[in-house]
Amino acid sequence: MDWANLTQQLINGLSLGAIYALIALGYTMVYGVLRFINFAHGDVFMIGAFAGLYVHRWLKPFFQWMPEFLSALLVLLLSMCICAALGILIEKLAYKPLRQRSRLTVLITAIGVSLLLSYGAQLLFGAAPKGFPQLIKNDTHDLPGAVSITTEQIVVLVVTLLLLVSLRFIVQKTRMGLAMRALSNNPTAASLMGVNTDAVISFTFGLGSALAAAAGIFFAMLYQAIDPFMGILPGIKAFVAAVLGGVGNIAGAALGGFLIGLVETLVVGYSKNIGIPPGFRDAVAFVILILILMFKPAGLLGKSEREKV
Amino acid sequence: MKKHIAHLALVAGLAASVALYAIAPQLDDYAVNIFVLAGINIILAVSLNLVNGHTGQFSLGHAGFMAAGAYTSSIITLTLAPALASAPAWQAQAAFFSALLAGGLFASFCGFLVGVPSLRLRGDYLAIVTLGFGEIIRVVIQNTNALGGARGLEGIPPYTNLLWTFGIATVAIYVVASLVNSTYGRGFISVRDDEIAAEAMGINTTKYKVAAFVIGAFFAGLAGGLYAHFISYIAPEGFNFLKSVDVVVMVILGGMGSTPGVAAAAVLLTLMNELLRDFEQYRMIVFALLLIILMIVRPQGLLGNFQRRKRKAPQP
Repeated sequence: MDWANLTQQLINGLSLGAIYALIALGYTMVYGVLRFINFAHGDVFMIGAFAGLYVHRWLKPFFQWMPEFLSALLVLLLSMCICAALGILIEKLAYKPLRQRSRLTVLITAIGVSLLLSYGAQLLFGAAPKGFPQLIKNDTHDLPGAVSITTEQIVVLVVTLLLLVSLRFIVQKTRMGLAMRALSNNPTAASLMGVNTDAVISFTFGLGSALAAAAGIFFAMLYQAIDPFMGILPGIKAFVAAVLGGVGNIAGAALGGFLIGLVETLVVGYSKNIGIPPGFRDAVAFVILILILMFKPAGLLGKSEREKV
Repeated sequence: MKKHIAHLALVAGLAASVALYAIAPQLDDYAVNIFVLAGINIILAVSLNLVNGHTGQFSLGHAGFMAAGAYTSSIITLTLAPALASAPAWQAQAAFFSALLAGGLFASFCGFLVGVPSLRLRGDYLAIVTLGFGEIIRVVIQNTNALGGARGLEGIPPYTNLLWTFGIATVAIYVVASLVNSTYGRGFISVRDDEIAAEAMGINTTKYKVAAFVIGAFFAGLAGGLYAHFISYIAPEGFNFLKSVDVVVMVILGGMGSTPGVAAAAVLLTLMNELLRDFEQYRMIVFALLLIILMIVRPQGLLGNFQRRKRKAPQP
């Protein structure tokens, strides 16, 4: 057993998993309040990366006067704001008119929004992959035992952790979070108790989209190239993560994201040992999805719900 | 009454295919090209409509079944190619037909595999699982050297002609239409309209869902085989998620559950693809906007009769 290699794979897997976890949270929160899968969420993630690219390009003249971490933080926060606005806008324009319709109608609309975002981005930004600027100086730090971690990986993990903690604070300790939980528990009762349903739904979309934007920037930092269709696969894998953790369950989504990232990285890292070619990495998440839906459809942390007529 | 119309349509469609085939030499290549693509799209849309429209099981994996059929039939004809090169034409055509059938059968086996786990799922979950299955098929092909890997298969003998395409399209329309209008086929619609009520009435919903997937996948496999033997080149990238979405757009535009509507939408979208060739980058944006607006204004599609009586999703 090569422990150094395993630790290295775990570090890589966790930083990939952080990205999936952030996207998965958006799926799970929207599912919580509206009971539908926001198919366009992966494309909000893509827009987040492009927003980061352009914010960095436009604000470059100002960045000379500020320390590196501040400019990186600015790029992150501005992209999160842009995507939050985008998420709210999508909800108002496309999903709100469909509030009482069947889930299938909403799902098809979401596919439409997803196509609109990716092809719109292709029209605006071009189909060719774009290089992503280096936001922070990327050093490789050697850890004991021939293991290394890059500055970017540290930033991704630490910021993700901070975002998860603040999300937990918002959901558990604020009035808005209470309203979100009430709405996901029972929408009718919540609105009878005076919860402003529309405001909570908008807030949820904004919050989820902001997290997706952060994920987009982290993804772009780690892989250095972005393109209009980069959102499809990570989006679907993050959805799998949400299902794995139990859809609607916030802690579950984070857990599921990290697990998917780890499993995917380990399959690629040990492809020789287990006899699965590394090219199968994109199939890993789907196999997990099918297994979980067959054996534990409620997910790892989810409560199974009895279906009522 | 409806049965007579269906039989009549079958005969008329087959006659039209023969007629089209007969005048094919007079048409230029471009027209033939559009006709064949339209025919293949009709098969894809009508077969997906059985799953999505009539049975109400939203599938996003049609491109995967198409790929299964395309690769199976191509591998067979490519293997037989040296022997068939010197054989008489009817033997080559017979071999092609058998290869198509094999492709369709393998695709329907894949459809069975998708259908079984999907029994526990509905709506949006099912959409993602079928999408996942489609992607798994693509990833497996991409990583199998015997299937050409990511480079794809080339030099597939171009056996597909108008007769095969429209003959099979007619059969697909006939099978789906008469299936849905039959007593047996009412089961599909009952599963769509209210699964719980259907089950309470003694409908074996499991059987119907799997049957829809198996039949739908069979025709998607045939369409894939036709496509492969028309273009002569297939690659896994051509059967990705966006290809499935193309077919879904046809079904939604035509109206879920309406066979004539869906067939018309398939032709319309094939023509639009050709006419908008110069505006390639706007095409999908137009489709996307069309989907969104259609869902808000007219969710049953342009010609559809699909209506959900339930106004509200059941609350837990």
